[in-house]
Amino acid sequence: MTADPQFRRLARFVSPADRGFAAIVYAGSILFALLIVALFVELVLGSWPSIVKFGPSFIWNSAWDPVNSKFGALPMIYGTVVTSLTAIALAAFVGIMAAVFLADFAPRWLAAPLSFLIELLAAVPSVVYGLWGLFILAPFVRTAIGPALQHTLGWLPIFAGPIYGVGLLTGGIILALMIVPTVTAISRDVIAAIPSDLREASASLGTTKWETATRVVLPAARVGIFGACVLALGRALGETIAVTMVIGNRPEISASLFAPSYTLASVIANEFTEATTSIYISALIELGLILFLVSIVVNALARLMIWSVRGSGA
Amino acid sequence: MRNRHLGRRRIYATLGTLLALCCAALGAAALLAILGYVVVQGIGVINWTFLTQLPTPVGVPGGGVGNGILGTLIIIGIATAMALPIGLLTGIYLALFGRGSIPEALRFLSDVLSGVPSIAIGLFAYAVLVAPLKHFSAFSASFAFMMLMLPLLVRTSEQAIRSVPQTVREGALALGMSNFRATWRIVLPTARPAIITALLLAIARVTGETAPLLFTAFGSQFWETNPNSPMAVLALQVFNYAISPYPNWQAQAWAGAFVLVFAVFALSLGARLALRRAMRGFEA
Repeated sequence: MTADPQFRRLARFVSPADRGFAAIVYAGSILFALLIVALFVELVLGSWPSIVKFGPSFIWNSAWDPVNSKFGALPMIYGTVVTSLTAIALAAFVGIMAAVFLADFAPRWLAAPLSFLIELLAAVPSVVYGLWGLFILAPFVRTAIGPALQHTLGWLPIFAGPIYGVGLLTGGIILALMIVPTVTAISRDVIAAIPSDLREASASLGTTKWETATRVVLPAARVGIFGACVLALGRALGETIAVTMVIGNRPEISASLFAPSYTLASVIANEFTEATTSIYISALIELGLILFLVSIVVNALARLMIWSVRGSGA
Repeated sequence: MRNRHLGRRRIYATLGTLLALCCAALGAAALLAILGYVVVQGIGVINWTFLTQLPTPVGVPGGGVGNGILGTLIIIGIATAMALPIGLLTGIYLALFGRGSIPEALRFLSDVLSGVPSIAIGLFAYAVLVAPLKHFSAFSASFAFMMLMLPLLVRTSEQAIRSVPQTVREGALALGMSNFRATWRIVLPTARPAIITALLLAIARVTGETAPLLFTAFGSQFWETNPNSPMAVLALQVFNYAISPYPNWQAQAWAGAFVLVFAVFALSLGARLALRRAMRGFEA
């Protein structure tokens, strides 16, 4: 529904009351835009001392030593990337499969409640995920998932070393649960928007329903589904509290998924109120700035991909 | 040639469908597992004292999260009072004047804002309202929550206003109403159920939000009602109790999580019901 030219004429604001109304509407919109610009400006200003002092090497320096005022973001970038990729690897498979089932296979009486339950996962507060992750999932990883992986795939460096329970893998699993609803809901909508002509044409060639879904419908929907995954990845990158509670909070880089680590968001959450020197605070804000910029790029990419198949929704 | 493989293809089809079913069931099972633990661990701790009393020091039994619940309500109330007018006005602007590069840029900014991590927004609130004043405050938390609520409010109110049939608006104008009156008295009331849906969803989104509170509201041990002071918030109490080493605090964390989940689900369900009403309104 877009405004047609006639509507624009009708909406022309001529009387004094209308002019005042238009002015208030403009003012509100300008305030909204200014807030977003201010968000960016404040993050840059806050991190300026750190940007000046450490330069671009902040990004690839791996020392995080508040006592000696040495700050490098690499361990947190590593932790953020590894947890998020683990999460999206798990969530993409489960989420897309669930979307295929809900859109093309499930009978109505089953699709509606299943969709509802999966969407409710998105409503569970982050801190509740963290609580559950800390007391239920982390012990389960330590006693069941971890040993099983180590037993079968222990020759891989990512599954080597002691299993603490808290660490990269646990963070990745928690994140996966949190982003599955995003992947499923958007993918299901994209799949449902694929014209049924395609399915019928495929079926008329004698394919099974499964073949139609995986070889005709999924390829046709791939751009939108990929967009859904990128959007979910953006969520995972910035998620804070749940990850902070299960990641182990250690600024180290290790190959093992069982090792404790740190993410950009969780180091801010943990250390910001305890940061004593101004350069320490500034370094933490710069981590926030990095997070902000990465999330903008990832989200813009995702929107473009989803818009290209589903329309901007305007 | 096709038929030679038909049996195998049918087996693949059945296995594939089963796999897809399992994935969907896994998502639902995860939710039930989380809810199950929250209910089982939390329900025994919840009682009137827990909901209405102040926290007690370590080792002293009893105590509750009454101040956190009150603080949550105050902070969300102020956030809503700020976010609703800005979001609604921007939504009206996008719906009425929504063509060209400036509105398109505004839509894009709004979508970008919806993807900004809440912790970065918390840093923004800290830089604007905490650092200059040199003390934590509930108001700075409300400001952060406002930023989190805005994208949803902007986009949904735009769509809600757009979806009011053109004829309704034209009818109002034909009766001699000004555009302002037509929007205020006719279009907005018609779009109200959809806007209420958006508002409930936006409130649900911030109810469980914790990250920006760490360095804005900060937390408090007292019945604090002054928005210019640090304030207790339920989500923050759940976080602090969960990572504490004391079993009775951890038990209280589960109970607090139960209250949070209950509140968020009630808001989500309310939003769904309001949406259903909105749909019915347009059909009629």
